[in-house]
Amino acid sequence: MATKKGKSSADTSNLSFRGWRRENGRVGVRNHVLILPLDDLSNAACEAVANNIKGTLAVPHHYGRLQFGEDLELHFRTLIGAGSNPNVAAVVVIGIEDGWTDRVVKGIAKTGKPVIGFGIEGHGDIAIIAKASYKAKEFVQWASELKREECDISELWVSTKCGESDTTTGLGSCPTVGNMYDKLIPKGIYGVFGETSEITGAEHICVKRAATPAIGEKWMKTFTAYQNDVIEANKVDDLSDSQPTKGNIAGGLSSIEEKAMGNLEKIGRNSMFIDVLKPAETPAQGPGLYYMDTSSAAAECVTLMAAGGYVVHTFPTGQGNIIGNPIVPVIKISANPKTLRTMPEHIDVDVTGILRRDMTLDTAGDALIDMIVRTSNGRLTAAEALGHREFVMTKLYRSA
Amino acid sequence: MSKSNIPQFLVHSPEDNVGVVVVEDLKAGTKMLGVITENDTTIHVTAVHDIPIGHKIALKDLKKDDTVIKYGEDVGRMTGGAKVGEHVHTHNHRTKRW
Repeated sequence: MATKKGKSSADTSNLSFRGWRRENGRVGVRNHVLILPLDDLSNAACEAVANNIKGTLAVPHHYGRLQFGEDLELHFRTLIGAGSNPNVAAVVVIGIEDGWTDRVVKGIAKTGKPVIGFGIEGHGDIAIIAKASYKAKEFVQWASELKREECDISELWVSTKCGESDTTTGLGSCPTVGNMYDKLIPKGIYGVFGETSEITGAEHICVKRAATPAIGEKWMKTFTAYQNDVIEANKVDDLSDSQPTKGNIAGGLSSIEEKAMGNLEKIGRNSMFIDVLKPAETPAQGPGLYYMDTSSAAAECVTLMAAGGYVVHTFPTGQGNIIGNPIVPVIKISANPKTLRTMPEHIDVDVTGILRRDMTLDTAGDALIDMIVRTSNGRLTAAEALGHREFVMTKLYRSA
Repeated sequence: MSKSNIPQFLVHSPEDNVGVVVVEDLKAGTKMLGVITENDTTIHVTAVHDIPIGHKIALKDLKKDDTVIKYGEDVGRMTGGAKVGEHVHTHNHRTKRW
């Protein structure tokens, strides 16, 4: 059942959850043993290992060959970040060859968690699947005995990105996330928002939310680079056929500026962002709200935020984006009564009462906090129960 | 809140010249109750068209090249006209960007 009416059960004065404390001190809310492919070629072996050893999780993806420069760095940062995420207990990395495989293993090993790599060349899939399966079995049995412990809410890292937005996201589900951040950021959590292209038309408002003029300048530079290098360099029209999307348009949005204003509702009224992160970069300035330079495509953005170390994702949707992620639970919030009527199995928090004016934003924010705590304690999200595991690498340009 | 007090449309800011229909199956001719969420005041507009949930209606007579204001901010320009209560969407509203 989605939470209805948002009966306020979140007493925010003393919030805690039960998570797994990892070797580096960070706390996870899931306990995955990841079978992580370095490259597209190694997906088959990873999926075979995950099939052999129950309770492990393969995360196939499409890239990892002949990338170079910043695009290659982002590939490594994403894989190492995914393996390092506190929701992951241990990792088996499989790549076509040993060199780059070892680079991912060494990156993840910095967290102190168990990790091992296998290169396929010189051995073949079958021998590597066997070796990796023995190790995966050892890891998953070890992980299955790890215990959750009581943790203060301040140990949570909560990300946000919305999808299949419509006018109801700007009125209801996005400000619900904003209300949550207004309550939890002061308690010491890490937050993050992104979607660089979807700030277009609201950049004058976003830049004012930077904690210092220098951070604002860094943000504006990131925004301008995206406009110039991605949008202006490749556009053939005013993007009205893709931004807003067909789903956005069906839901009543008719310009990028209108969409951007709704998007920004997710950061609430009070928090200022304290740094601008590269895609998949781990925040390093302490607790608070961060900006991450991401695409606005849902699976790419959530994957980058998971790689940055965030352990729970809050996802407002209007028309009903169904995305999930293999590493982080993705909590769906919707205020659109048609979506709740036609596809309720995808929504975790029902805030349609905001549109009827029988639910306040304050109550909705409490309902979301309650769902974040329940999800952290182990409740499966709609996306988890439905098997959504979209793990999508961001590619900056064509390979060499 | 009784059924008769449930608004058919919401408006973010008193400066806005469009509102958002928030109920399904809204028919032309409906005398709509609207709420401006920023200051909790009510307004009334009669729908000229059948308007799908989530879609916008004009709160003022808008003509081509007028700026559309929502959230109290510039969210694009009119490419055609819309009188009070008429549908504002991609057929008469576009971005000023890109």
